Amino acid sequence: MNSEIRGILAIWYRELKVFQREKSRLVGAIVTPVLWLLIFGGGLGSAISITGLNYQAFIFPGILAQSVLFSSIFFGIYIVWDKKIDFLKEVLVSPVSRTSIFLGKVIGGATDSMIQCAILLVIGWIFGAFNIIPGLHLTIFSFIFSLVAIAFMTTSLVSIGLIIGSQMESFEGFQLVSSFLLFPLFFLSGALFPINRLPAWIAPFTFINPITYGVDALRHIILGVSQYGLLADFSVIIGLAVATIIAGTFAFEKMKL
Amino acid sequence: MPIIEIKNLTKKYRDITAVDQLNLQIEEGEIFGLLGPNGAGKTTTLMMLTTLIKPSSGTAKVNGFDIVKNPDKVRSSIGMVFQDPSSDDTLTGYENLKLHGMLYNIPPVEREKRIKEVLELVELTGRKNELVKNYSGGMRRRLELGRGLMHYPKVLFLDEPTLGLDPQTRDHLWRYIEDLARRMHISVIITTHYMEEADMLCDRVAIIDSGKIVALDAPSKLKEIIGGDVVTIKIKEPKIDLIKQLPYISKVDVKDGIVSLTVANASEHLAEILQTIGQVDSVEVRQPTLSDVFLHYTGREIREDSAEGGWADRVINFRSKH
Repeated sequence: MNSEIRGILAIWYRELKVFQREKSRLVGAIVTPVLWLLIFGGGLGSAISITGLNYQAFIFPGILAQSVLFSSIFFGIYIVWDKKIDFLKEVLVSPVSRTSIFLGKVIGGATDSMIQCAILLVIGWIFGAFNIIPGLHLTIFSFIFSLVAIAFMTTSLVSIGLIIGSQMESFEGFQLVSSFLLFPLFFLSGALFPINRLPAWIAPFTFINPITYGVDALRHIILGVSQYGLLADFSVIIGLAVATIIAGTFAFEKMKL
Repeated sequence: MPIIEIKNLTKKYRDITAVDQLNLQIEEGEIFGLLGPNGAGKTTTLMMLTTLIKPSSGTAKVNGFDIVKNPDKVRSSIGMVFQDPSSDDTLTGYENLKLHGMLYNIPPVEREKRIKEVLELVELTGRKNELVKNYSGGMRRRLELGRGLMHYPKVLFLDEPTLGLDPQTRDHLWRYIEDLARRMHISVIITTHYMEEADMLCDRVAIIDSGKIVALDAPSKLKEIIGGDVVTIKIKEPKIDLIKQLPYISKVDVKDGIVSLTVANASEHLAEILQTIGQVDSVEVRQPTLSDVFLHYTGREIREDSAEGGWADRVINFRSKH
């Protein structure tokens, strides 16, 4: 087998093992979005209405995107951890190129995120089927198609997390930088509110936020409502994935120990 | 042909020159020691030779490949055991080795064979399925040493390999490293500040201080430089002037009521020395060690207990902080 491919598989293998061992990561990644959906969605939903949709059903794609956003970016913190325990040196001193190390990490982080989202989609299906969230009808088609969109989103976001992590030496630094990034991306994405009636000063920020298009794609796939259309949505999320992978390989080449 | 050729290798960090115009050749199959105090530039040199950091100027060839122009080829030729723990403690011992085998592109069947071989070698077969978290510092060190050998490197770099290990494990490791270098014709580059380790293990030793090589030779040759045996005398009122007149004494040091003499053929002259020097409390005669050599060249003692914050201690400190 090609040595670079085996190198990528090696990194992936390790990330999967760690994910499998650290169950708390998965529990946190499932419980938090469900609480948002039920409590935040239930609470706010009783006060506002969105044309033709139950509010909880409306934010379900947004909550999925939130889960992808947070868990993917935070995956970058594990590279800081690898630096601290010197595990990164063991990997960097091997013949595998830094590009492959980066790709292995991206696939590892993306896998974690996709597993979490698959579980959330099943939970969403249960909520819909038992009328806990009326109007949320998930099908096999929307399940698979959502995961395709999520795959591109998580690839970009894990890459961004790894880029930040590769340049950071402390957990605190990583958290500071990532929270400056995470909350604007999340709140300006239309995850929690419709973006067609925003005040004029917020609208441009929403427009340039790539997460907006991820949320829009998921909303189209799951609920059939969309602002920009699937073509525009997928162009943005695929374009972002390509750009961030290129940037990430560059960041790993430049990474200092 | 030398397996490692270092030419004017230099690493500067702002105002500090960690490694200063280093020139050195290491032969194939040799066990070579870099001996020096903390901050002498040993680890920095190793990091450059293993392509983990880039030199500020100068270069080196490892196994014929340039560390600046051909780092990938260099990395395929070497194994490295780091001073700090570098295994993943959420994985088992076996999983760490499997990961390593994959990183070095060893095909699965061969990989399993070598994992078995390595586990036996470092005596961890019985605990291979336990998480590294539950290993002792020594076990983890052994695992990482075995891991460094698993891909049959041409050159093995060991950064303070026995730091924090108990004497028994240390002896065991030394014999093992020696056997390996001889049998498989692996060149071993080892950094250490244990004099005994350098003396027992290394064919040649470079004493490195402030980024420069101050002495380079076989341990026995280095000790010959001292020019005789070391006689240490505990005495309250030494007659130093008389002692200095004895022709066979080449060096006299007085410190805190202890007189250190370098004496050619001490057993022959000891009686005369003791008569001359005065009322002696105690006396010790010994062969020179590398510590004496180190003192001779750098004017300082190397303190074996002041390791760069013990390997295992740092894991514990780190764990308790996070």
